[in-house]
Amino acid sequence: MTDGKPPIERGRSPSPPAEPSGPLPPDSLRSSIAGEGPGDAPAGGNPRGMTPSRPGRQTQADGLAQGAPREPGKEIPAATAGGRDPAKVLEEWEPVIGLEVHVQLATHSKIFSPSAVEFGAPPNSLTDPLVLGLPGTLPVFNQAVLQLALRLGVATSSQIRARSRFARKHYFYPDLPKGYQISQFDEPLCENGHLDVILRGGLKRIKLQRIHLEEDAGKTSHVGAESHVDLNRAGVPLVEVVSAPELLSAEEAGEFMRSLHRLVRWLEISEGDMEKGQMRCDANVSIRRRGEDRLGTRTELKNINSFRFVENAIEHEIARQIRLIESGERIVRETRLWDAERGQSQPMRSKEEANDYRYFPDPDLPPLVVDGQIMAQTLRSLPELPNVRFDRYQKLGISADDARTLVSERSLADYFDAVLAAHPGERSGRMLANWVLTELLGALHARATPVAQSPMAPAALSALVVLVENGTISGKIGKDVFEECFRTGEAPAAIVERRGLQQISDTGALWEIINRIVAANPKQAEAYTVGGKDGLFGFFVGQVMKETQGRANPVITSDLLHKRLGR
Amino acid sequence: MSFAFWSAADTVRRVAAGEVTTAQIVDTMVERIAAIDGQLGAYLAVDAIGARAAAADIDRRRAAGQPIGPLAGVTIALKDVLVTRGLATTAGSKILQGWLPPYDACVVERLRAADAIVLGKVNCDEFAMGSSTENSAYQPTRNPWNPERVPGGSSGGSSAAVAAGLCAASLGTDTGGSIRQPAAFCGVVGLKPTYGRVSRRGVVAFASSLDQVGPVTRTVADAALVLQAIAGFDPRDSTSLDHPVPALGDALTGDVAGLRIGLPQEYFQAMDDDVRAAIARTASALVERGAEIVELSLPHTELALPAYYLIAPAEASSNLARFDGVRYGQRAAAGDLTEMYARTRGAGFGPEVKRRIMLGTYALRSGYYDAYYKKAQQIRTLIKRDFDKAFRYCDVILTPTTPTPAFAFGAKATPYDMYLADVFTLSCNLAGLPGISVPCGLSGDGLPIGAQLLGKPLDEATLLRAAQVIETAVGLGDRRPPIGGAA
Amino acid sequence: MPALTRKEVEDIALLARLHLGSDELERMQGELAAILDHFQTIAAVDTADVPAMTHAVPMDLRLRADVAEPSLPAEAALAAAPRRSGDLIAVPSSIAPPGKSGTGTEP
Repeated sequence: MTDGKPPIERGRSPSPPAEPSGPLPPDSLRSSIAGEGPGDAPAGGNPRGMTPSRPGRQTQADGLAQGAPREPGKEIPAATAGGRDPAKVLEEWEPVIGLEVHVQLATHSKIFSPSAVEFGAPPNSLTDPLVLGLPGTLPVFNQAVLQLALRLGVATSSQIRARSRFARKHYFYPDLPKGYQISQFDEPLCENGHLDVILRGGLKRIKLQRIHLEEDAGKTSHVGAESHVDLNRAGVPLVEVVSAPELLSAEEAGEFMRSLHRLVRWLEISEGDMEKGQMRCDANVSIRRRGEDRLGTRTELKNINSFRFVENAIEHEIARQIRLIESGERIVRETRLWDAERGQSQPMRSKEEANDYRYFPDPDLPPLVVDGQIMAQTLRSLPELPNVRFDRYQKLGISADDARTLVSERSLADYFDAVLAAHPGERSGRMLANWVLTELLGALHARATPVAQSPMAPAALSALVVLVENGTISGKIGKDVFEECFRTGEAPAAIVERRGLQQISDTGALWEIINRIVAANPKQAEAYTVGGKDGLFGFFVGQVMKETQGRANPVITSDLLHKRLGR
Repeated sequence: MSFAFWSAADTVRRVAAGEVTTAQIVDTMVERIAAIDGQLGAYLAVDAIGARAAAADIDRRRAAGQPIGPLAGVTIALKDVLVTRGLATTAGSKILQGWLPPYDACVVERLRAADAIVLGKVNCDEFAMGSSTENSAYQPTRNPWNPERVPGGSSGGSSAAVAAGLCAASLGTDTGGSIRQPAAFCGVVGLKPTYGRVSRRGVVAFASSLDQVGPVTRTVADAALVLQAIAGFDPRDSTSLDHPVPALGDALTGDVAGLRIGLPQEYFQAMDDDVRAAIARTASALVERGAEIVELSLPHTELALPAYYLIAPAEASSNLARFDGVRYGQRAAAGDLTEMYARTRGAGFGPEVKRRIMLGTYALRSGYYDAYYKKAQQIRTLIKRDFDKAFRYCDVILTPTTPTPAFAFGAKATPYDMYLADVFTLSCNLAGLPGISVPCGLSGDGLPIGAQLLGKPLDEATLLRAAQVIETAVGLGDRRPPIGGAA
Repeated sequence: MPALTRKEVEDIALLARLHLGSDELERMQGELAAILDHFQTIAAVDTADVPAMTHAVPMDLRLRADVAEPSLPAEAALAAAPRRSGDLIAVPSSIAPPGKSGTGTEP
């Protein structure tokens, strides 16, 4: 893109790759998905670890629970019709949404030729005769594409076709070098899977009609009377994930995208960076009166290039459809292009009204066979899935919010599992989650360090929590020890020993200190005991802590103070 | 010394023995082309510089006692649908005029590795669509036996050049008979290998599920020699067969005793009398040498033509979508994109190519796919089953290559009449079988007649063995065409 | 199989991006109709249980190792492009100018 305008593409449904349009606010993605790191092109499909974007657990927990933050100052389209209360309107109308999501697979080379896959290379520097569509060139399929796609297929419990087939999909566009896209049509690799979407109320299972393989097209930008073509992206492997029309709000659609994003990163099959176009979404939207079974006429929204836009565009479309129907008009089945700049969509018109892709099996590519060996290999390579871990964490007594945050990124969940594994006893889940989400993420964020590169090993964090749990140090001291351990790498026990931070639980010693403090502050003691000024109790606790440099056992201290002060 | 009609095998032997240098061969051939090709129009481009450089390299190595390849000194003309690095490749179309490919086709790599010498590119019907080479956007090619007659097509430049001694051998492509039919018309040997036997990488695609590259030569032994060099697994063609190629020269035993020759009744209905007589003589000659005739039926034969002319255009309409004037080739001026595409393609493609793109587009439209393309693919299965059954009773099938000898320019009044010229050669491609055309005599008008042998998948060896017996028994012997041969 | 109309021929020509003059269209209509007429024979063949043959020789797709090889330099990739803008390939705009009946989406 050269003029800052959103690129407009046409005639390419259902799978034309749309481009990211214009710069996005830097935090648009990160705050919605904890740990979305910039990341380089993954080598061997190993996305970078996360960098938490904000310290503290509140934002971490919020990140996934809430919709993506909206750009300030932009119109927020709500599901309003005629100025009525949006909630009321949605009591009458039910939106039904299906998504078609394209995900670029993190391979080294293209799907059908060995030219390299990279982001941000100079224009037309990643081509070869096949990518250019030169006469005589033939496709040869990249096995990594199958491995990565199968991981997603198995993780979504899809039926895997033993023999699937590539088909040619024909349309003319300058960034489609052969005049056809190699895709899959009536014999896709995966069918009838499902994606467990983590919503506020828990998990919702959304059916996936299919996941198929295809090649990406290049990029076209528009300048004046010309269009300019860069073919670097042509031939990058894609999976297209098609959901059933089971998403019932813009928020659910947004959460579907986030869950899919988390899953593809979790499975290490894609970075899923929407800003780089590694994940792109088309939405089919319709509305119906609540209680009706039949689906309304749907429109297809294209060009949705960020998590932020998914919900904006769909909310806007729902509102538009309600407004139309309530004013007695009909919904036209059409493809609409989302214009993020203006916050509205427009119908795509074309002279070639009825697009006909003339699919037929690609004679250059025999059937793709998935045998037992590659299935076994896929199963071996599959990590425990985020929804399974989410359940497991909740069973440890961890709150849904915390569990959701822990599974927001695989590196974080893996770290947490390592802490759990290092930790004696099984009742500490909630406490360990607190330490990881608050102290560890906070410290990592302050240093912009991904979890995978945490200077504090999981075992060290566990050892620190053991010291707190068995009363060797107080929680407050624990935070100091954490800080030092994180900074220096010294073992928590060694820090406590060297600095003499052990908690004072010796009743005799504490009694002596308390006696001394009460004697030194007679006015306050009287005001508390006789005058009933409850607030002064904290003053005495503070004095004891000051005297002991925070090492006094708070429970025993409180107990002894009550005794000494008489109430 | 006239090398023009030396066989490839002879040439290799003499070069190895030092009787002649490859530089001498190249110089002579380049001169011959300059002197004779004006009457024929076989060549679209002669790469004298490249050929001389290759010759010099071979001669240097031979003089230094270093090894030289199995085709050292064999001059080759390439059908212009074979992509050649830095050497213009047009596929006989205006739309590719001026295009210089950045790579060599697999078969070209293999020929060069065998020390064959590429003399240049020869004419063909545009994108190999045609049966007379009249559809070339550049020039007509004449039949060396009679300049009023077509050389056949689409590999007409190949067969004319080989017949007139303007190269030792040529590579053609065969989608529905495009090697065998012109070979029959020009009195040379043309072999279409089993689908997948020879890599299609670097072949400008016409119909991907049917296209095969194969040799056009003056002798059966030369066909074996050239096929040996180009056949075999290519990991960069997903439809290439990973199957070892036997030593084809060893198959040429001259012995057909006990060989079961199938004569399918469907191939002996409508044809020219001279052709019928020539094939009868051929069958008799085989029987005299111990072969056994098996009469059989291939009942779905009449469906081959409609099936072929739906499948091939459908695939062609897809394969030719890339010629859009965006990245290479000619582009027409236009105000908007759709107009640019339509004008570029409207001006760049000739009438037959347009017809097939239209036909193929028609057949692939949604709602029509099942009735046309899919139906044709199902009929293809029926045709393949016919052959599978037939080969339980015979080892090779003998038919005429064409219903008539070479016809005159402009003789075919309608496109469909022209399609009928391929009626005997199409089934072989639909079934993916190997097929060979070998000369089996001349007509009363002095035009060559070809006998076609079809074989079991991957059994090119048996085809070559039987073909060589036909060549010896009823072939053209020392008879040469008037153009080129008299020189 | 219904008769081929002129409109259908025009639609197919647009789908195939082939500019055909008025004479050419008419000739094409006649020729295609004649050819399709000859092909009527296949409609009568019972192929209910017959699988479609998409490859002449049955084989499975081979898999290539995921190894990147050097790409063509941009200069080589663009060498044959009829029109360029820097290192990009230039074509007439795929967006139609406003008011003109074109093919692009009207901005």
